[in-house]
Amino acid sequence: MMKEKLEQIKAEALRQIAASDALEKLNEVKVNYLGKKGELTAVLKGMKDVLPEERPKVGQLVNETRAEIERVLEESVKKMEQMVREAKMKQEVIDVTLPARKNNVGHRHPSTIALEEVERIFIGMGYEVVEGPEVEKDYYNFEALNIPADHPAKDEQDTFYITGDILLRTQTSSTQVHEMEKGKLPIRMIAPGRVFRSDEVDATHSPSFHQIEGLVIDKNITLADLKGTLAEFAKELFGEGTKVKFRPHHFPFTEPSAEMDVTCFKCGGKGCRFCKGEGWIEILGCGMVHPHVLEMSGIDPEKYSGFAFGVGLERIALLKYEIDDMRLLYENDIRFLKQF
Amino acid sequence: MNTALSWIKAYVPDLECTDQEYMDAMTLSGTKVEGYSRRDHNLDKIVVGQIEKIERHPDADKLIVCQVNIGTEVIQIVTGAPNVSEGDKVPVVLDGGKVAGGHDGGPLPEEGIAIKAGKLRGVPSNGMMCSIEELGSDRNMYPEAPELGIYIFKEDVEVGSDAIEALGLHDTVFEYEVTSNRVDCYSVIGIAREAAATFRKPFYPPQVFVTGNGGNVEDYISVEVEDRELCPRYCARVCTNIQIGPSPKWMQRRLAASGIRPINNLVDITNYVMEEYGQPMHAYDLETIAGHKIIVRRAKDGDVFKTLDGQERNLDADVLMICDAEKEVGIAGIMGGENSMITDEVKTVLFEAASFNGANIRKSAKRVGLRTDASGKFEKGLDPHNAAAAINRACQLIEELGCGEVVDGMVDVCSELKTEVELTFEPDRYNRLLGTDVSKEEMLEIFRRIEVQYDAVENKLIIPTFRQDILRQCDIAEEVARFYGYDKIPSTLPNGEATTGKLPFKLRIEQKARDIAEYCGFSQGMCYSFESPKVFDKLLLGADDPARRAISISNPLGEDFSIMRTVSLNGMLTSLATNYNRRNKDVRLYELGNIYIPKGLPLTELPDERMQFTLGMYGEGDFFTMKGVIEEFFDSIGLCKKITYDPNAGKNFLHPGRQAKVVYEGCELGYLGEVHPEVCDNYDMKTKAYVAVLDMPAIIPYATFDRKYEGIAKYPAVMRDISMVVPKEIMVGQIEDVIAQRGGKILEEYQLFDIYEGNQIKEGFKSVAYSITFRAKDRTLEESDITAAMKKILNGLEGMGIELRS
Repeated sequence: MMKEKLEQIKAEALRQIAASDALEKLNEVKVNYLGKKGELTAVLKGMKDVLPEERPKVGQLVNETRAEIERVLEESVKKMEQMVREAKMKQEVIDVTLPARKNNVGHRHPSTIALEEVERIFIGMGYEVVEGPEVEKDYYNFEALNIPADHPAKDEQDTFYITGDILLRTQTSSTQVHEMEKGKLPIRMIAPGRVFRSDEVDATHSPSFHQIEGLVIDKNITLADLKGTLAEFAKELFGEGTKVKFRPHHFPFTEPSAEMDVTCFKCGGKGCRFCKGEGWIEILGCGMVHPHVLEMSGIDPEKYSGFAFGVGLERIALLKYEIDDMRLLYENDIRFLKQF
Repeated sequence: MNTALSWIKAYVPDLECTDQEYMDAMTLSGTKVEGYSRRDHNLDKIVVGQIEKIERHPDADKLIVCQVNIGTEVIQIVTGAPNVSEGDKVPVVLDGGKVAGGHDGGPLPEEGIAIKAGKLRGVPSNGMMCSIEELGSDRNMYPEAPELGIYIFKEDVEVGSDAIEALGLHDTVFEYEVTSNRVDCYSVIGIAREAAATFRKPFYPPQVFVTGNGGNVEDYISVEVEDRELCPRYCARVCTNIQIGPSPKWMQRRLAASGIRPINNLVDITNYVMEEYGQPMHAYDLETIAGHKIIVRRAKDGDVFKTLDGQERNLDADVLMICDAEKEVGIAGIMGGENSMITDEVKTVLFEAASFNGANIRKSAKRVGLRTDASGKFEKGLDPHNAAAAINRACQLIEELGCGEVVDGMVDVCSELKTEVELTFEPDRYNRLLGTDVSKEEMLEIFRRIEVQYDAVENKLIIPTFRQDILRQCDIAEEVARFYGYDKIPSTLPNGEATTGKLPFKLRIEQKARDIAEYCGFSQGMCYSFESPKVFDKLLLGADDPARRAISISNPLGEDFSIMRTVSLNGMLTSLATNYNRRNKDVRLYELGNIYIPKGLPLTELPDERMQFTLGMYGEGDFFTMKGVIEEFFDSIGLCKKITYDPNAGKNFLHPGRQAKVVYEGCELGYLGEVHPEVCDNYDMKTKAYVAVLDMPAIIPYATFDRKYEGIAKYPAVMRDISMVVPKEIMVGQIEDVIAQRGGKILEEYQLFDIYEGNQIKEGFKSVAYSITFRAKDRTLEESDITAAMKKILNGLEGMGIELRS
């Protein structure tokens, strides 16, 4: 009898659950059957009329029924909630193609990007970054670099002078001398910085630009070491496939001296308009530090040797980013800067 | 330097290579070839033709119909050229051939011009007779060519043969970039020697021999050199019975290919020898040389001299002059005088080949304002040994070309000549420097090719005097490297004591500055270090403002670049203005660059170079945006103490009510503010602009990347809001000072959340509201703690005339 009644209650509850189309209705079912005044509770209240020996059995039955209703109810609530959420999300569809809200982060100057690249590469190879003065003594810019008074190279470089003895440095090579004079060996340094030459402003010239000087001094440094180091540098900067070519050249402060070309990074060396069909692009000057330069800075050339190189930063930036006019680098037009 | 390959081959006859191979190999051995051009480029199917018959064109007055024998047949060609006659031999381009340019001598088309048989006014024409311009050349190179019209061969050429060959156009002109140390390579012989060494072919320099006419040069001329230092050697020879006429074609062609216009045999010989030997020469008409005496001496200050180009030149005592017994006849090494100029009537010529002090010539050329081919060569410091060789070569050519007779002997006034440099042969040293393993024998073979002799007994290398660049062992090592091949030297990495890569602290701080500026929307600009002194007026700086004490450049590119900047603002404002005028919206820029503060003027020691972090913006944002960037930057480099902003910054170029000094621990680190409207006007900006300038050397002592973790608070915070009516002139900074000083240990934070001036507030006051947070690290605060702290704060505020609003 009791069992039948419970079956009946269960069937009715499950029917009502199935018929519910909103969370509130499911809640009603819950209250009506499982609540304090609900039907199952009423059955339990009627337990006093059941024979004591049957009570455990009936109790178990009631509990089973309750558990079943609860389970189904919970399942339905979950389903219902999911439906409600989905319906809500359907209302919340946005147009993802609307414009982004950006933080408008600023941009680094292309020359600085190139500089940081170069610094990263050489720091990784154990080089220290050092700086030297931009307004410099004639001695450091020329004389100590084997360019004595009356040397033609002094004219070629078109120097800005402040006084007879003080000038705007024409090359970061002056920093080499300061570093060597410190007397701490071995040296592995790069010195980035601003240099000045008396060139009128045009698409390929600027009276002020940037160079990075490199200097290594140690025992047994060879021209082969120079080649190997700069070949690594070129690969890091322009890509793994980059090849280098060294051509003999002349600088007063190095001997032997060379200029380094890299395979054109646009055509890979086949020859294109960018490299004027040559497949190679001139990138830097370098050489073995002249023994007289070592002597002047108090380093014994019989014990130590070294190499030095100088890279034009703007040249790298112009090449890497295909910028066709150097003036853009100093105009600071935001439409230009934003591209880097 | 441009030289025809045929000229090089005259001394290296076994040279066999393509143009590209030549260029690559020479460049790799150190004689850089910039480029080359084939002189027969776009010339195809062009033969020597002979005009057999000329008839008028039946339908055109200006055209003629020619029957031209081209060796294999006679073809008909119609032309409008006015200058041909029957019997003339001319270059003829055949049907299907090509010429390089048009008859007007304009720029050459890249692909050339194809020639096809066709009809002119109804008459068939099966080719074209060519002018020198159509052959891609000009009358400078071929002075015998007519000004307008067909080139006519004057010499005997075979009908039907290759006309390009006959014109010497099967040749390539190479352009060399010679480095300043290789004085010997500013000559055809020098380059030929390098070519021979590079390609391992024998080198045959000219064999110089002069017959002479039996006379004695000392009967004609005497030479006195007053300043031996400026003129270490002066060679003079004399030629008589000079017959001026054109020089032979081969000489004209070679000169033309080098870019030198053939003039006449005498001028051409001096130019030819200058190219060939790299030794400039001068020819005087001996009749114009007073007393038949040459004196080499310095000019006097204030002297004026007319050079042979007709220009008056101002001289001074540092300019070396060539004089005769009475007057100056030339500026040494630069240009001869009008008064001794060679004319076509010349009978007796005095040749001069001298060696002058290179530095002096360079300076003189600058001062006199005249740089010539000759001075360009002299200023490199020529080998005095070369002067005698060159003058003899010129005399040889005089004889060979039938230009005149050579008087025996040479007047040679010569200081002691430099002797050959000798160096011990140290093959191991060279290999050690190069990182190579070149054998001793291979090195000696290289030396042999470049005329460096080896004395096996003394183990010495003897350097020829023309190689003025070889002075030390490292120079020898370079010779080994060049001819062994830079490409064959291995690639290794230095192995020695390991070193640590480092970016110094200053540069790390600058990197941080860039990062923060960019996070805040500022893009990096770059500005010049020099600017115009007018900048100070544009920035409204007072007459005695210390910033006006700037370093001047003694040789600037013009007033706009004449002083080293002492403030960084002009560059920033100029850049903002550029953007503004190009209608770019909302621009934010920053710059990291030095200013240059002299320690005294005129400069006796190097100035103080101070890195400035300059920010500028217009458009969206205001003073407080700029202030935010400063504080973000300070946070990021560990300046966590209180920053004070002093409104009395004293900057004329900023809005007087909207500027502040940035002060940290009592030290001024920079300033910020709104740009003064008048300054904006001066830069043509019709907008508000804001700037901040931070002095990095002042900041760096406070900067640190050290951080220490403080435990995250465990106990709850208590917040109190206060709302005040504040006299207008009191700055919130003063309120904050009171809160900070009186809040006690439990004060955690305070935040302005409202500030208002207007109707509801009485005149002369503003409403200010703060939210104050208290918290203790070790316990939950009691109400009494808060009340006590708040009471102290409120008392302090009331003391400033601030009323609390309820």
